[in-house]
Formats: sequence, C-alpha cells, structure tokens
Amino acid sequence: MKILNQELYNINKNEYQAQQISTLVDAKGMGLTEDEFHLICKKIKKIPNKTELGIFSAMFSEHCSYKSSKKWLKTLPTIAKHVIQGPGENAGVIDIGDNLAAVFKIESHNHPSFIEPYQGAATGVGGILRDVFTMGARPIALLNALRFGSPTEPLTKHLVSGVVKGIGGYGNCIGIPTVGGETNFDQSYDGNILVNAMAVGLANKDRIFYSAATGSGNPVIYVGAKTGRDGIHGATMASTEFTDNSSEKRPTVQVGDPFTGKLLLEACLELMSTDAVLSIQDMGAAGLTSSSVEMASKGSLGMHLNLDLVPTREDKMTSYEIMLSESQERMLMILKPGSEEKAKLIFDKWDLDFAVIGEVTKTGRLILDKDGFEACNIPINPLVEDAPEYERPYEIIQNKNVIKINELKINYTVDEILAKIFQNPNISSKRWIWEQYDSSVMGDTISSNGKSDASVIKIHGTENSKSFGKGIAITTDCTPRYVKSDPINGGMQAVCEAARNVAASGAKPLAITNNLNFGNPEKKNIMGEIVGSIKGISKAASFLNTPIVSGNVSLYNETNGKGILPTPVIGMVGVIDEVENCLEMNAKENNTLVILGQSENFTEGWVGCSIYQEIENKIIDGAPPPVDLEKEKKIIEILLKLHTKKLLTAAHDISDGGLLTTTCEMLFKNNLGLNLNLPKSLLNSDGKDPILHSWCFGEDQGRIIVATEKIDKVKFFLENNSLDYFILGKTNASNNLNLNDMTTIYINDLKNSNEKTLPFIMGQHE
Amino acid sequence: MRSGVTIFPGSNCDRDIIVALKNITGKAPIKMWHKDIEFPNLDLIVIPGGFSFGDYLRCGALAARSPVIKSIKNHISRGGAVLGICNGFQILIEAGILPGSLIRNKKLLFTCRDTMLEIQDTIVSPFLSGLKKELHLNIPVAHNEGNFFASETLLNELKNDGRIAFKYIKEINNDIDYNPNGSSNDIAGILSKNGRVLGMMPHPERAINKLHGGTDGLKFLTKSFEQIIG
Repeated sequence: MKILNQELYNINKNEYQAQQISTLVDAKGMGLTEDEFHLICKKIKKIPNKTELGIFSAMFSEHCSYKSSKKWLKTLPTIAKHVIQGPGENAGVIDIGDNLAAVFKIESHNHPSFIEPYQGAATGVGGILRDVFTMGARPIALLNALRFGSPTEPLTKHLVSGVVKGIGGYGNCIGIPTVGGETNFDQSYDGNILVNAMAVGLANKDRIFYSAATGSGNPVIYVGAKTGRDGIHGATMASTEFTDNSSEKRPTVQVGDPFTGKLLLEACLELMSTDAVLSIQDMGAAGLTSSSVEMASKGSLGMHLNLDLVPTREDKMTSYEIMLSESQERMLMILKPGSEEKAKLIFDKWDLDFAVIGEVTKTGRLILDKDGFEACNIPINPLVEDAPEYERPYEIIQNKNVIKINELKINYTVDEILAKIFQNPNISSKRWIWEQYDSSVMGDTISSNGKSDASVIKIHGTENSKSFGKGIAITTDCTPRYVKSDPINGGMQAVCEAARNVAASGAKPLAITNNLNFGNPEKKNIMGEIVGSIKGISKAASFLNTPIVSGNVSLYNETNGKGILPTPVIGMVGVIDEVENCLEMNAKENNTLVILGQSENFTEGWVGCSIYQEIENKIIDGAPPPVDLEKEKKIIEILLKLHTKKLLTAAHDISDGGLLTTTCEMLFKNNLGLNLNLPKSLLNSDGKDPILHSWCFGEDQGRIIVATEKIDKVKFFLENNSLDYFILGKTNASNNLNLNDMTTIYINDLKNSNEKTLPFIMGQHE
Repeated sequence: MRSGVTIFPGSNCDRDIIVALKNITGKAPIKMWHKDIEFPNLDLIVIPGGFSFGDYLRCGALAARSPVIKSIKNHISRGGAVLGICNGFQILIEAGILPGSLIRNKKLLFTCRDTMLEIQDTIVSPFLSGLKKELHLNIPVAHNEGNFFASETLLNELKNDGRIAFKYIKEINNDIDYNPNGSSNDIAGILSKNGRVLGMMPHPERAINKLHGGTDGLKFLTKSFEQIIG
C-alpha cells in the first residue's frame, strides 16, 4: 500500500482513513472472528486495509458465504433431466418444454423488514426480481411467505401493515403480479419476522444469461441507479442476532425505488435481446463487492475497477462505502468489446446511469483505484474459495411421542371447534393482505390467492388454436410447528404439501427453491433443526424428482437469545400443458367429494401438533403426523391421471385443520352444503366424541379431497389402482353441513368469520 | 382500426392492452413513446395503466407534461377517441382533459379486486352506445388513487350532462365494499364533453378471456371499437 503524505491526507480525509491498516478490533466490529481475521491476513499475505477488510467481512458473512450451512446444502438433490441450472447462479432454471425455461428463486429479507418493514419488504421484492431478470428472464409472478409474531402484540399490526404495503408498493409499481404465498402468526416470530419473496420468470431456453466473467480486457459496466450510503454492511447486519437496540440498525436497511427497478428491468431485457451482454450479475447483498468478486471468481479471472467512475448519489464517498453500499436497482455487466455505445443508447433511453468502470483481468486479483490511489489489491480466490465453512455441532431432536386423542381433554363440540378454526388467523382468509397486491397485471393470471391450491399463470405467447397454452403453477409451503417437533419429518412434509398443492391445481410438480429460516446455528439444537430439515427436504425432493434449483439461507433469526420456529419454506413450481385445465379448490353444486388416500376403516386421526390440539388444549405437542413418501407420490400421480381423464371439477389438499376444515373451504365460494358421510363406527357419536374429533380435525398427511360429477368412473379408477378413498357426500345448495342428525354447521357463518378475522386483527373491520 | 398505445417510463399495462387490441381488431396498435410527437392519424389512443414516472409528485402529474400529450390533445381536437385506463385516467385528469381529481382510496390501501359496473345514461359516446344499458360489467380494479373527487357543482354537471359512464354497484351479496375506493357517487369512469374521451379506473383488458374469470372487458372493448370505426 502506498504511503500517503499530509497534503493528500488533507485532500481526502475519508479516503485516507479507508486506507488505514485494519486491526482485530475493526474485524470484530465488522462481525469477523479472531480466527477469520488471522486467516485473511495469512491468505493475502498482509494485514488488510479497512476497505479490504470490509470486502472480506461481507464475503465471509453468513449471508454471502453460507459458512454454517454450506456443508449441508451440498447434500441437497439438485439434478434432474429438466434442470438447466441448479444452485449457484442468481436463480435456478428448469426446462418447461417448447424451448422455454422457468427461472425462479426465493430470498429472505427478514432482518431488514423487522427494522423497517416497508423498505425491508419492498427491497426484498426488488432484489428477487433482479435475481430473475439478471438471468435474461421476464418476471411473470411474485409470491411471499410471511411469518409474524402473535396477532395480539401491538407491534405485529405495525409490521404486517408495513410489510404488506412494502410488498405491494414494489410489486404493484413494477407491474409484476403478486399471486400467492402464505402468512402465519406465532409468538416465536415476535422479535424476528420472516419475509421471504419468491419470483418466477420466463426465458427462452437458449437465451439464459450467467454471471461468470469472460475475456481478459473486456469492459466492466455499471448500470442502474446511483450508489448512495444506504444499506452499508446490510449483509453483515443480516447475519447477526438482534438485541433490544436493533432499531439502531435502521441505516443499514436499503431503500427501494420500484420505478427505477422497472426502468432497469426494461433496459436490461432490451439489451439482452442484442448480443452485447457476455455476463451479468445484480448488485444485491454486499453490493459491488459480491457482484464483482463473484463474477471474477466464477470466471477464474480478476477485475480492475476505478471507483471514481462509479455513479454516486453523494459526494466524497470512500472506497469502503462504495464497495459496501447496498443501494438498490444496480447491475454489473461485462460487455462484448465495442458494444458499449449501442448499450449506452438503451440505458440513455431509459434515463439510467451507464458507466464503464473497469475491465476484466487475468491477474486473479481484485484491484480498486480511488482518487489516484490503490484502495484495494487482494487475491479473489480467498474471498470465495477460502471463505470459512464450519462443521457446527448439531443434535437432531425428533419428538417420537405419539399423542392419542384420548389423552386430550375435550372442551368443545365439533361446530364450536370449526368456528374457532376460522377465527384463527393462521387458517382464515388472507383477503385483507392479497387485495393490496396487484394480482392481475400482465393479464396472464389464471388463479391467484387461494382460488386453487397453487397459483396458476398462463405462459404468454404459448396459446394456439386448440388451447390457451401452457401454464405454470406455483406455491410456497412450510408447517413450522411440525419442523420444530421433528425437523426431518417437517422437512419432508413441507415438500410433500407443496407437491400436493401443485398437483391439486392440475400441474405436474417439477422443482423447488427453498428458503431456510432458522435461529442461531451456533446452538446445537438449532443446527440440528437445520441439518434435520435439509435431510427431510432432500429425501422427499429426491423421491418426488423435484430437485432444489435455487435458494437462500437466513440464520440468526433470534432476539435476545430467543429463536424463531424453524421455518424451511419450500417454493415449488409445476407445469400444466393446457392451462384451461387447471383445477380450482371450489366445489360446484351436485359434486361428489371424495378423499383420496383415506380408507373406509380410518377413524382415529393424528392430533399431535395439530391446530385442533392447540384449540382444545392450548398446546402444540407430540410427534407431527408421519409422512409416507410412497403414498404421497401415488396420490399425486392418481390425482393427475383422474384429471387428465377430465373426471374432476375441483381439488384441495388436506392440511392445517384436517378434513372438515378442508371440506368447508371447498364449500365457501359457491355457498354450498353437504350431508357428510361418516365412517360406520362414528354414525352415532355426539359432538364431543373424541374419535369423531380426531377424524374431523386430525392432520394425517397424504390426503387430497377431489370433487367430481362422475363418481362411478372415479371409484372404478381408484379401485383399479388400489388407492384408498372415502366418499364424503354430494354437495347441495343448502349452505348447511350436516354431520349426523345431531350437528348442523352453518357454512355461511364460518365463511363470514373466515373473512372477518384478519380485518378485525388489523383494526379495519366494518 | 388504427390505434396507438402510449408508453411512459413506468407504464405497466401497455402490453396487456396491446394484446387486447391486437386480439380484438386483428391489428397491432402503434407504440407511442412519451418523448415522441409525430404520429400518423389514429382512430383511438389508449393511455394504459401503470405507475408513469413512479407516481412521483402526484399520479399522472409528470406524464401529463410529456411531449406525447400534445399529440393526444391534437388527436382529440380532430375528434379522435381516447381511452384512459387507471393511470391513464389519472393522466387525463392531470392534463386537464377530464375534470375532477382522483385521490387516495378511502381506506388508504391499494385495492385489487373484481368490481361490478353499471352503465349510465350518457351522451352519445362510441364507448357506450353499443352496449345495452341494463348490462352489468364485471371488471377488476387495481389502484391506490381511484377515489373520484369533485365539487357538488361538478358532480351535478357531470350527471346532468350525461358524462358519468360507469358506477360501481352492489354485487349479489350486497357487498359493503362494492365501491372499492370511496369515490363520490360511486363513479368509476367519466366522459369528455364530446363523449369521445373516456377515463375509467377498472381494467377491461384484464377481463378478456374466460380464464380471467370473465369476458365483460372483452364485450366492452369489442363494442367500443366497433362504434369508433362505425
């Protein structure tokens, strides 16, 4: 490093300070450990200056390096015939036929959304959209998996309101429909909410763009918004636990501008339709640092940048600030030499900054100039290859205690329980949320926000004289209380429920993106939750041939030592060849409802870890319902075959709240009723019969309710294929659900409380 | 039919209405970039929805000062038809082409949902004269600022002059939220004095095939286009 004299010190005090040799105290302040600091010094054969140390600390953060989870992430199944690009790029890519590819990823913005809900959520959406269009895909759908604290906590209302506004604020403005997702409440999220945003895009199979730098001497281009002092060290902030003073971290939260995001989207796609772009990477977490390092590293090359050429929003930004800023709506590209002018014209048209800031080199080093000095000169390899990978000790705790119904105290009758279920914000309608999202922009939304188990989007341009064309089905799922009780089982369950949801909308499940949200991995039991759920996800995903093609890990979701429920969210994508054949969840009049995967003899349902258990006994306890992968696979195959034969009018998977909850949900839309068949042994039971309760509300897996007008053909097919089934009865226009002579349930009342629960919590009821 | 669709930075329903125009008329509209001023003579100009200029300052305020607006005003003075949808309606008001204002939705929340529209008794307008008055249209809205606001005088004038095109009405369930934004007199769309400019908050281009859950938007657009070339 060059020695600076007093005169230069006066010219640029900030830059001088950034050039200072760093110390162990600096390293700790940036979230590095003593060992990591010594490793850095050894690998780069010098003591880093503050800019260099900042770059290392960002790249070594949990958020960028996956140091706690990498060992286990490598065990996920990522390969299948239809996978074009697995994990490691900006997003995963799968082949969906007709020379088209679906490009998708889910990503968390948990920590920033808690500190500043509107901007945290908005930039989460902006970031995931950039990940998708960086690959050359036009985004066609957004989903979100949200987890909030107890609905009675005053802060929860503020967070829900801000996050929902933020998601809508970005998605609505940029004009990508937000079509689905999930929202749950649990007090374990009081101090750490989860905001996971998923985006799906569409590209031509042979026009996918990657991030690996190519060609020494090629120009490195900065495009998009200017760099400001926002979000500095955001990745590091997102890699630590919260304390009571976390609101002080507000300056580390980025600020989103969906309008610039829209311009960047259009300008990038316009440029990508030419042959100018060799590689491209968005500036997400750790901004210019991670984008330049990752591009160079993937291409086994170096990069030499002049930071004076980076468009900045504020004066006198130091090299440290420029490299660590997480200002939004920025991209780094490597262009074919000579195409700079052509590219600049496109960005001028969209009023965006365009600057050649350096070139690709053969050195394998990251060299940064600022104010005529060398602000950074470090080898790239140690930043990525030598990033720490920890084998953290773990203990997988599986609760094997099977709770039988006779162990519960029965307080309520069947109709009282149903009423309570639809007053539970985890089950009730999320209309208050999804009406704030534009779900129909782009004109291709076929099913959104619970009309079917997975959201369905028409693939633009695939229509022909016979069909509206292909469709894509998307869902996000996770049942954290199951994962808490048994991480392996819970991981499997999340994958299976997602697959069931995709199939119940009429689509073939194809691939997964996952968002692993956990507490502090330095704790043995939490590391056990991570390892266990990865094992479970791997097992189910391999079995169902739905590999994981992209994902994100968010750890340290803890406040004052209290962690969240383990929440490995599964985002799944499937394809429907003719989108007009997608299945709704709403039954029609005179449909027969049939449970696939449940036998006539089945009477005692699984109540451990169920919503029912929580309502009756205010506790969630015991082993979660077991997952039988053979059965799950079979039920999906049979459902899709029945549907191909055009025998089904609706389908809805049985999950939270059990079969009676699912049945009611199928009756709501068209104001239907049903005289429910009960198993013979339950015919004379009263409303407080424990076995009847477990039959109605047990959460046994591997079941889907289908609606049909052709029951004889369905029965014939199911018997030929030896799949258990149970006929629930035929829907009518009465709006009453009769259980037996003793219990009549008024569907309209349930429907009302289903709609009113969330507005009531948000204080917006009429 | 010769048609054009304006595109501002931040427009995001341009593709949707282009698809609708192409499917219905068999002919793709021309794209009218906001900085351009020279265009061939057209029968219809559509200003699509979106967030032109990010809705910064006020919705439609910056777009209303773009060069392309001058061409639109010339087109109107030649008797040309203009349809402003959602942000397009906001732009028409900001440009002084239609009266009144569109303020924040009453509940201060962005709202995306189906609405039921009743066609009003209006002056002669190519957008409405092909439709039966008793027809109700199920067309979705998606906006943050769709609450039509005007003085009593203006509201009376619009009513008496037959310039209220659509009103939100109650659906089968007597939905208390049938008016999605709290707009005065349940107004969903208004006409210019000559009836040839229509601004409306609902998005007809989002209800043009059965998979959208309804084709009332298609019905409306098809009849309008027939009358415009009439």
